[in-house]
Amino acid sequence: MEFAMDIPNLALATPELMLGIGAMVLLMVGVFMGETSTRIVTGLSVALIVLAGIWLIWSPAGGEAFHGAFVMDPFARLMKILVLIGSGVAIAMSVGFARLENFDRFEYPILVVLATLGMLLMVSANDLIALYLGLELQALSLYVVAAINRDSLRSTEAGLKYFVLGALSSGMLLYGASLVYGFTGHTGFDGIAAAMAGERSLGLIFGIVFVLAGIAFKISAVPFHMWTPDVYEGAPTPVTAFFAAAPKIAAMAMLIRVVQGAFEPATTDWRQIITFLAIASMGLGAFAAIGQTNIKRLMAYSSIGHMGFALVGLAAGSEEGVSGVVLYLIIYMAMTLGTFACILAMRRTDGMVENISDLAGLSRTNPMLALVLTAFMFSLAGIPPLAGFWAKYFVFLAAIQAELYILSVLGVIASVIGAFYYLRVVKVMWFDEPEQGFVAMASELKVVLVVTGVFTIFYVVIAGPMSIMATAAARTFFS
Amino acid sequence: MSVIALFFYLFATITVASAFMVIAARNPVHSVLFLILAFFNASGLFMLMGAEFLALILIVVYVGAVAVLFLFVVMMLDVDFAELREGFLQYLPIGGIIAAIMAIELVLVLGSYSLDAETARVAVQPIPDMAETSNIKALGDLLYTRYIFFFQLAGMVLLVAMVGAIVLTLSHRPDVKRQNIADQVARDPNDAVTLRGVKSGEGI
Repeated sequence: MEFAMDIPNLALATPELMLGIGAMVLLMVGVFMGETSTRIVTGLSVALIVLAGIWLIWSPAGGEAFHGAFVMDPFARLMKILVLIGSGVAIAMSVGFARLENFDRFEYPILVVLATLGMLLMVSANDLIALYLGLELQALSLYVVAAINRDSLRSTEAGLKYFVLGALSSGMLLYGASLVYGFTGHTGFDGIAAAMAGERSLGLIFGIVFVLAGIAFKISAVPFHMWTPDVYEGAPTPVTAFFAAAPKIAAMAMLIRVVQGAFEPATTDWRQIITFLAIASMGLGAFAAIGQTNIKRLMAYSSIGHMGFALVGLAAGSEEGVSGVVLYLIIYMAMTLGTFACILAMRRTDGMVENISDLAGLSRTNPMLALVLTAFMFSLAGIPPLAGFWAKYFVFLAAIQAELYILSVLGVIASVIGAFYYLRVVKVMWFDEPEQGFVAMASELKVVLVVTGVFTIFYVVIAGPMSIMATAAARTFFS
Repeated sequence: MSVIALFFYLFATITVASAFMVIAARNPVHSVLFLILAFFNASGLFMLMGAEFLALILIVVYVGAVAVLFLFVVMMLDVDFAELREGFLQYLPIGGIIAAIMAIELVLVLGSYSLDAETARVAVQPIPDMAETSNIKALGDLLYTRYIFFFQLAGMVLLVAMVGAIVLTLSHRPDVKRQNIADQVARDPNDAVTLRGVKSGEGI
């Protein structure tokens, strides 16, 4: 029996091919041009990501490639575009930082491009092997990127911690994948779903638990969150901005496809796990952030909490739920990128500062920045009519429709508690005595701030089309 | 007893015995050498099963690369293994409990295991007749056609690993003299050597 190489469907993976080949070309450019190439490689990396995004928007093709291991559907397209936006903005935001902080490594944008390739493959993975390889490609790049400032003790510690815990989680995921394969006889998601429809053995449940634990680590859901605050704090700030946006979205998209695609017949089994992860993440995100003084650590706990809220929608297991999660991810990314643009703008004449107290009196020294950051904080806390409110509204609505009342009530309580620390930042900015002001911010940060700020504040205007888009993506799993 | 059975018991006994010695040997270098012995005998077992490609790859990769790397690490790092062993008895109870829990779980999970009769039928590719085709060809037939996607992806993962290792460890030190092969080869004897007539007793 011979297999053909599946050339016709290769076109479905064009963005991935572009990023893969492009990364190798950029590596050559960087190596041959030497130290001076950082700016050119950075620019070309952003151009490459934009190109892949344009291809995704304009090419309508959908279907499966590589014998079902790679799938391209409306959900994958939307998620891939989000991931590309997250990565592209993260690279662009690092330009000013690189210039001022001696962070001149041409490998950084290339590693981000390779990580983005891994994330696109995660979003499209329809097979346990493809899932694992995509995840590992992404994770390995992220470990290196976390430690890229290798002369800094904190950065290397962050990289090492991330690597050790990441390897542990990969081990759990692989163990679960091997159990799932052993009890169903398939690695493809369609085959697994078909085999699960019958009676499910205890071993299969073990497999589901381990696979979900492995993925929960990647979205930093409690109790697999321990690495997050240290890595966020230790990594250089543009790297943290990257970590907070694109990888979370890719991992969440992968989780959605795994539970709605492969484990769909076992909804009652995985719902318990997802519900627990959601409650624990929301709770820890709300309480642990209260005592933080470093704004990057604060954002780490904030991201843990937000992943918990997104999981509420997934626990509902309905089309409304998945559409709520998709919407949540879009809004979360805009708010996170905007907030990190503000954090990157926290620069005094003697270097970067990252304590919340350094924001004191920002309303008088830099009113525009204070206004935008206030909007982001209100939005992260979920105050109407800002974008963050609608994100929470739709996931809780889906949970209530699925009769998950306890989960919804706990979520709303966590949201109220969490509002405290977001509002504390606002209080420091508007009511504390001003300190020395920040230096003028780089122009790329201004662009990011304006776009994300307008999105967050005037979300109501585009809420309709956004909902339609999210629903269309979610319908992939329910038709 | 047939010859194959004889060899099976020979290889299997030595594998298990040397694997035990890996953890029992006092000298870490001996442990690594026993590990190499275990690899060799395991590859003999593969050979008996007719998986000659796996047998040889085991020797090439594990003995040739991994075990030698271990040997380097053991010899280069000054790790006091006697000190590491000191806490052994102290941690034995908790370690034993965890091992027992794991064993119970494994029994529970694997106790319910039953191979789906359908699985063999829907297998991606049935095991080909080894009299007609060789091991390597059978593997290549799958790896470079059906699994080309995974194969290439694994290649990308290795590329990232390589880039990462270089990014994190390579440092260009300005005070180190480096070879420039082109300059060295292009060196002309006319610029490098001069012939001087030296008068005796005077020097240059």
